[in-house]
Amino acid sequence: MKKFETFRGIVAPLDRSNVDTDAIIPKQFLKSIKRSGFGPNLFDAWRYLDNGEPGMDNSQRPVNPDFVLNQSRYKNASVLLARKNFGCGSSREHAPWALQDFGIRVIIAPSFADIFYNNCFKNGLLPVVLEDAVIDTLFNEVAAFNEITTFNKKEVTALPGYQLEIDLKTQSIKTPSGAVISFDVDAFRKDCLLHGLDDIGLTLQHVEEIKAYEHRRQQEAPWLF
Amino acid sequence: MTAKTLYDKLWDAHVVRADEDGTTLLYIDRHLVHEVTSPQAFEGIRMADRKLWRTNANLATVDHNVPTTDRSKGITDPFSRLQVETLDQNCKDFGITEFAMNDPRQGIVHVIGPEQGATLPGMTLVCGDSHTSTHGALGALAFGIGTSEVEHVLSTQCLIQKKSKNMLVRVDGQVGNGVTAKDIVLAIIAEIGTAGGTGCAIEFAGDAIRDLSVEGRMTVCNMAIEAGARAGIIAVDDKTIDYVKGRPFAPTSELWNKAVSAWADLHSDKNASFDHVVQLNAKEIKPQVTWGTSPEMVVSIDANVPDPANESDPVKSEGMQAALRYMDLQANKPINEIYIDKVFIGSCTNSRIEDIRAAAQVAKGRKVASNVKLAMVVPGSGLIKKQAEDEGLDKILIKAGFEWREPGCSMCLAMNADRLESGERCASTSNRNFEGRQGQGGRTHLVSPAMAAAAAVAGHFVDVRELD
Repeated sequence: MKKFETFRGIVAPLDRSNVDTDAIIPKQFLKSIKRSGFGPNLFDAWRYLDNGEPGMDNSQRPVNPDFVLNQSRYKNASVLLARKNFGCGSSREHAPWALQDFGIRVIIAPSFADIFYNNCFKNGLLPVVLEDAVIDTLFNEVAAFNEITTFNKKEVTALPGYQLEIDLKTQSIKTPSGAVISFDVDAFRKDCLLHGLDDIGLTLQHVEEIKAYEHRRQQEAPWLF
Repeated sequence: MTAKTLYDKLWDAHVVRADEDGTTLLYIDRHLVHEVTSPQAFEGIRMADRKLWRTNANLATVDHNVPTTDRSKGITDPFSRLQVETLDQNCKDFGITEFAMNDPRQGIVHVIGPEQGATLPGMTLVCGDSHTSTHGALGALAFGIGTSEVEHVLSTQCLIQKKSKNMLVRVDGQVGNGVTAKDIVLAIIAEIGTAGGTGCAIEFAGDAIRDLSVEGRMTVCNMAIEAGARAGIIAVDDKTIDYVKGRPFAPTSELWNKAVSAWADLHSDKNASFDHVVQLNAKEIKPQVTWGTSPEMVVSIDANVPDPANESDPVKSEGMQAALRYMDLQANKPINEIYIDKVFIGSCTNSRIEDIRAAAQVAKGRKVASNVKLAMVVPGSGLIKKQAEDEGLDKILIKAGFEWREPGCSMCLAMNADRLESGERCASTSNRNFEGRQGQGGRTHLVSPAMAAAAAVAGHFVDVRELD
């Protein structure tokens, strides 16, 4: 797994609650037997105006100009700002794969669905939970920043989008004004992300303990074996 | 000894090791595998040159991609076909038992687990599918996992987990006639919301839950994930034991007796404490219909579509407006004036024998309304299909104008050819009404099997208790 290092990234605001994994990566793309290549179909139904199917040349498809990730200032966004219960629904790991393939490294929301949250860490993606009020402030700051960088209703693309600096080590986020927001993260998951550790490798360090458990359990509950 | 909840007991019995911060290596007794979330896991195992830890702990089937019509010509869609063939090959290479497409035992993974006795009380059970919570109905700790964790279980028989919180949802009293497990769980989601159980394992209890059949309990636990909880569980009782007895994977003779006496402890202790407790009155629950694009957007059949103008939270109100736009519904429209185009009776939520019986009971002597383009019944497994046919249910349904299909996930998520066209409105017994879930631009209303059948014959939503 790729190590998660401190980085600075453009924030794309996705102002919706309950963004489900069917929306993040629709089911027709789950037919792939690969782990990569899902980025062009991230948010497919919102991003394109036609019906997406696997095998299409996505560069030829009509895009929805109103969808946030289609605005040129967010083309290189790596931080997604969203509302509550992000990633609800299916357990499909294709959701974090698609986000990561697109270039997203951090998702900031007031809450996440459990399975999605867990899947993120397995793929070097950092989900950050912040209070509603802080999320509101960030949405407002992104909107205000965009007003400044929009001239006569046209995006001034030479100016980059609103950016945040995320430091996992110190569990802090720095805004353009210099304000620092701290966040919580589970110590074990943080460690795995920082060092790019492979869960299976870690677990296999405990082979003897697993065997001992199985041995004991086989006495207690032999019908399970 | 401190009083424990059922979840505490299941958890404690499966701890291989725990770190001070609570990070736990949890042993997994049963792993169910299907074609969508496993190929990358098998690939990972091959690449790392690892082996399966315990081959016989795994059981596989194909369900998401399989056609529900004639299977003699195989799968037409090349992407679906490759995924199904990949699972067949992986099971062959790694020695995993698989109920392949033409096996009479094939079916939806969450239907065949309990049906085969592969799901047992007291187990930990996982599957790369969020509706794994279904199996908690048998007093097992069951939850959905992603593909990385599928690989982790295949190669270590363990998962790295942190314990969830304990939540109790008690449904007291008895439901009225025509009110089913589906209505109970939708009413629960209406009460606590789609994130109400986030971070929790929900134990469902109370008279209304005890009164349900084991199949009904599966419907309730199935949708625990729709309330945000990874796991839903129900204490073991005589119904559970009777259900499990004699199934192919269940223990027999001496081992059976030993297991049954161990399972007697699979309930929360009397004074066990929960982090959250929610209580509902069963008498107040009516047949439910979702109106929006999230399972929490649900009301009783006698209600109207809610008005976003009455919602004080601006984010919520905007969400409601977006849902109404997508669903092409006006606020304040009576639910029973909503006309439908298609009906889907099936999915891991509602495709068991009693669901099909409930649909057939409504369909008997009636006809699917002329405005309904398609009403389909998709049994959860080949064995359920056969049982329904032995009971003559297929004939009743076909006579009424329903299509009788082969088992699979079908139009719950429309990965196969069964789907809604853009703009079509469906009464569905599945579990998710997300945008595009049943086909891009499709509009889903979640209901019970009886309510779906009633909508099929009326052409619009109608209270099944008042059907002429």
